[in-house]
Amino acid sequence: MKRTTLAILFAGAALAVVAYSQAQSDIVIKLTGGTKKVIALPDFRGAGGAAPFTDTFNRTVFEDVQRSGMMGMAPKSFYPLNPPQQESDLRPTPAPTPARRGEQPQAPNCSGRCLSDWGGAPLSANYLGFGYTADQGGQFVAFGHLYNTAVPDIAGAKLFRKLYTAPLTEEGARSAAHEYAADILKQFGVPSLAGSKIYFVSDRTGRGMKEIWQMDFDGANQKPLTSFRSISTMPAISPDGLRLAFTTYAKGQPQIMMYSTETGRFIPFRNSAAPTNAQASFTPDGEHVLYASSVSGYLQIYMSNADGTNPRRISTSRAIEAEPKVNPKTGTDIVFVSGRGGLQQIYRMNMDGADVDRLTNGEGEASNPAWHPDGQHIAFAWTRGYAPGNWNIFIMDVASRETVQLTHGEGRNENPTWAPDGRHLVFSSNRAGGSQIFSMLADGTEVKQLTTQGSNWMPVWTK
Amino acid sequence: MNKRHIAVMLLAASILMFAAGCKKKQPVAPPPPTPPAQPTRVEKGPAAVINSFRAEPSTIVRGESSTLRWDVSNATEVTIDNGVGTVPARGSRQVTPSASTTYRMTAKGGGGDAVSAATVSVTNPPPPPPPPAAPKASLSERMAKEVQDVFFDYDQSEVREDARAALQRNADAIKAILNDFPSAVISIEGHCDERGSAEYNLGLGDRRATSTKEFLSQMGIPADRLKTISYGKEKPFCTDSNEQCWQQNRRAHFVGVQ
Repeated sequence: MKRTTLAILFAGAALAVVAYSQAQSDIVIKLTGGTKKVIALPDFRGAGGAAPFTDTFNRTVFEDVQRSGMMGMAPKSFYPLNPPQQESDLRPTPAPTPARRGEQPQAPNCSGRCLSDWGGAPLSANYLGFGYTADQGGQFVAFGHLYNTAVPDIAGAKLFRKLYTAPLTEEGARSAAHEYAADILKQFGVPSLAGSKIYFVSDRTGRGMKEIWQMDFDGANQKPLTSFRSISTMPAISPDGLRLAFTTYAKGQPQIMMYSTETGRFIPFRNSAAPTNAQASFTPDGEHVLYASSVSGYLQIYMSNADGTNPRRISTSRAIEAEPKVNPKTGTDIVFVSGRGGLQQIYRMNMDGADVDRLTNGEGEASNPAWHPDGQHIAFAWTRGYAPGNWNIFIMDVASRETVQLTHGEGRNENPTWAPDGRHLVFSSNRAGGSQIFSMLADGTEVKQLTTQGSNWMPVWTK
Repeated sequence: MNKRHIAVMLLAASILMFAAGCKKKQPVAPPPPTPPAQPTRVEKGPAAVINSFRAEPSTIVRGESSTLRWDVSNATEVTIDNGVGTVPARGSRQVTPSASTTYRMTAKGGGGDAVSAATVSVTNPPPPPPPPAAPKASLSERMAKEVQDVFFDYDQSEVREDARAALQRNADAIKAILNDFPSAVISIEGHCDERGSAEYNLGLGDRRATSTKEFLSQMGIPADRLKTISYGKEKPFCTDSNEQCWQQNRRAHFVGVQ
């Protein structure tokens, strides 16, 4: 049995993703779970006016740490009954009681107030995060701690203690929780997604109409950006996160529009004279835009200045070509979708349209390529192994063409894009009825549904 | 009267004259008073006077009528020519001349005749109004009734054999419609089924609309009156997930735009 190891270094996390290729080249990808540290996060208790928001705080902290995929979550049912809330609650681990003749030594137990209560069996948590929330001068304050349970000395076990202040609201509690979770994850070299945004398409304002929406990375604060009462779709975000391009029927034929996420205003963009101008995406320097246009009678790949001027054709086929995406690391090659060989497949080419290679092997239909921030991998949707229209999310190592399947026939799974941390993906799926947006880890675990209202498609994740 | 009667009368007359001559002279009696004068036809009377004779209205549109009115005094006979004939001294008569006509009235009287004339001017009627407008079908009604959608195979944009016949019929219908709606433009929508990706289908719908447009141009429809728009799979005609529905959605659809 051939066994190849595909080591993927995820940016920032320095996390090895190992793929095992078995005989029929079905590859299993796993985040290196063997070395995962286990953490216990007993609920904070809220004092005074902070109490109503403390559930949100606790849930947000837990989900952020869990979704990172970097930590093992100690089973809550084994938590001791009396977790500490502040430093002074902690007691030094008592010496083990002397074993009687013929018996195992008893583990010390101070029902949660000793670090050994958390580090020992059955919880076996390596780390303990605890604290409390309060209402201080009309502000929501959270006092968060993180301790290493393996260090006997309490002072030495402390990794950090920090006071988080936010408005005394649901939203304030959530933002304090994101900060605390980010500080925990930072201890393990995991970049935080807190503050990152997801843009997407939703029809919740009216059937047959699609608007561009945004939400926080965890699904909170969903709100619309456009209100054309038309079809606005296919969002893309500039590398600095300040410009959003999308395709809209607001003026009749589909055209590209540009929107400033900074000012909330539209930025002029010159469309070519063609029935279709669509699917804009940005070069890594943000100076140019790639898009698909049917100037020639076939949808083809073009590049223009950021304002749409100086368009030039890149691909030259008498076939449908779409979804150009420039390598974010090198800025020198483009992945795109083409029907030049029959059913749609994923190809790559140079910035001048030369050296075209097909990346997918011709099976089924492939679409929606999205570069990993490392510029070496793409996520995409593929019908390989399924009937047409039944898409699943795959990852490919572009150099070796090795692929990993992340979803397995749970409805239509499409439009994967990467989180800024390079470890999460967001995608759309109709597995729960309608089309909804989900996030997951790059190994297919930690799937979380982010939308529920109306139907929602085409998420893009930005810092 | 026979001869005997005449002889008898002559005899009687001569006897009578004899007898009278033989009679002795009697004193002469005063003559009876003169009887009052009896007017007789043949006797001279006052002259006829036409007090009025006119046509109301004096101008008509052909087919309409005018009324002649008159008032005559001292006339023994009043006549109007042009087929009206003898009329009373006072009266009216409706006339419907087909062309301008001058009616002459002659009034005869013992003391003299009088004549007068009244003219009825006849003008041509205006040209007939346009025939009542047939209930006119709107552009969208005409498009829906006369122009058929054409259908495509999966991931294909070539015009199918069965679509060629439909497009030829469409070309004739569209020519007629464009003729009747001189400012209209035909928008050809390209649609796809739900299976391909939304992004690729935008290109596929574009191709379907464009190859349909090219076909119609070759059939003589001016290209500047045809425009294309790809809806990809954004506007499906049905939303089931089976081949029947998918085929329905793989189409070129035609919409008239004023």
